[in-house]
Amino acid sequence: MNTKVSIAGVEFKNPVMTASGTFGSGMEYSEFVDLNRLGAVVTKGVANVPWQGNPTPRVTEVYGGMLNAIGLQNPGIDVFIKRDIPLLKQYDTRIIVNVCGKTVEDYVEVVERLGDTDIDMMEINVSCPNVKEGAIAFGQKADCLYDITAELKKHAKQPIMMKLSPNVTDITEMAKAAEAAGADAISLINTLTGMKIDIHRRCFALANKTGGMSGPAIKPIAVRMVYQCANAVKIPIVGMGGIATAEDAIEFLMAGATAVSVGAMNFINPYATTEIVDGIEAYMKQYGIEDVKELVGAVK
Amino acid sequence: MAQKQKVTAVVCSQKEIAPDIYDMWLETELAESARAGAFIALYPKDKSTLLPRPISICEIDREKHRLRIVYRIAGKGTKEFSAYKKGDTVEILGVLGNGFPTEKAEGRKVFLMGGGIGVPPLLETARVLDGMGIQADIIVGYRDSKLFLKEDLEQYGKVFIATEDGSVGTKGNVMDAISENDLKADIIFACGPMPMLRAIKKYAEESGTEAFISLEEHMACGVGACLGCVCKTKQVDHHSHVHNARICTDGPVFDAREVDI
Repeated sequence: MNTKVSIAGVEFKNPVMTASGTFGSGMEYSEFVDLNRLGAVVTKGVANVPWQGNPTPRVTEVYGGMLNAIGLQNPGIDVFIKRDIPLLKQYDTRIIVNVCGKTVEDYVEVVERLGDTDIDMMEINVSCPNVKEGAIAFGQKADCLYDITAELKKHAKQPIMMKLSPNVTDITEMAKAAEAAGADAISLINTLTGMKIDIHRRCFALANKTGGMSGPAIKPIAVRMVYQCANAVKIPIVGMGGIATAEDAIEFLMAGATAVSVGAMNFINPYATTEIVDGIEAYMKQYGIEDVKELVGAVK
Repeated sequence: MAQKQKVTAVVCSQKEIAPDIYDMWLETELAESARAGAFIALYPKDKSTLLPRPISICEIDREKHRLRIVYRIAGKGTKEFSAYKKGDTVEILGVLGNGFPTEKAEGRKVFLMGGGIGVPPLLETARVLDGMGIQADIIVGYRDSKLFLKEDLEQYGKVFIATEDGSVGTKGNVMDAISENDLKADIIFACGPMPMLRAIKKYAEESGTEAFISLEEHMACGVGACLGCVCKTKQVDHHSHVHNARICTDGPVFDAREVDI
């Protein structure tokens, strides 16, 4: 049975990854799951300098999911390269570093610094809904997304994957812009912008007022968007959004994703990632599927 | 510190000990590595409420592999827990957080201070101190005469009560109870609402008393990954190198001097 998949020339032992921001740099969850069993660890976003993030409350629960407005708190690229990459290198898994920034120059700086490190791929976060400057602005206009993708391609030594926002009118236009600018892959969806009001205290549940919605409730939207993008571009897709079980992951593969990321579910079931790896294998066995790639885009 | 785990616990008993305040004993192997001031997180069965609910450990019975939690109904999740009966099971994550540094109390005069639903973690702390031969002054604040855990606490130290409505003990808060009874200590362990913790921090700084306070914040993962539950710190934190410590893993107990609250 073959569970290996390949994206932009990088081979992954299986199609199960972690969604950026839900898994730190892997260390917190290494107490629960064997990171060696994952296709890749996609790290929390890292910027050129440390970011404070937003005030609290930063998280709140909503029906079937949650809202977060962390605001990309991170230690900056210096600490990340010195501390997080060596820790992850102890494991036999691929490393995809999520890159965030406020200006094109910020992104370029991080991408260049990562060029000299032994990581496998970069995921460019142009879709965080919780940071006021930059970030999302690059991900909601096709021409801006094209420009930043093209610029980063000039500087990147590893393949780059653009992470798309669902908070757009037509996500396929964003996918096409990324592809046209030379992106090696796309990942989707980032969180959906939401809001919750505490009616007893008459205030917003989050200090940031709005937050990104994730969790099982958003899965049908994510599957639909993966399917649309898979039909719009030829570059590989990493699909995510509400994946809780192997069955969910297989839906994304069938919709056209080459690999999947598990996000908020890590908070709900810290063993979710490896259970999904096992579940995909069990499904393949059940249906006599020799190669997991047979599932990719299986539903037209 | 033992590895964190998600396990299935069995409800041994549950009763309502004050309006909306529930007292539950759980049988779980997590009792082995549980510590005073640390917490566990309980997962509701209702799948519309997905995130685990962080609840402090009130008492530990290692021999019987049991943990006691005392919690208030605050929403859908805790409402669900309150209906659990003996023999029911619940998924829990733990043991989470650092706990009170009781070893620092050795040979010193101790205040245990709690307010409302911040009172429960003081019980195990008082028990541990008692085991070290320390009878703490336990100063606890409630809204009104509907007290809880008072008799439990009285086993391990002298209990001073403050109530907002003045129906029991000192009228006012725990700080009023300290001055009314002219109490003094070398070290404070405290858990309660933010205004109380701010007052304790101020009191500790002015009186030169060491204070360790247990903080609370909305959490998602409980294990330090999501960065949801941060608090402002004086020093640059070791994780993100900003000034945000993670309450779930760096805390919930902090040296009052180290946090901006």
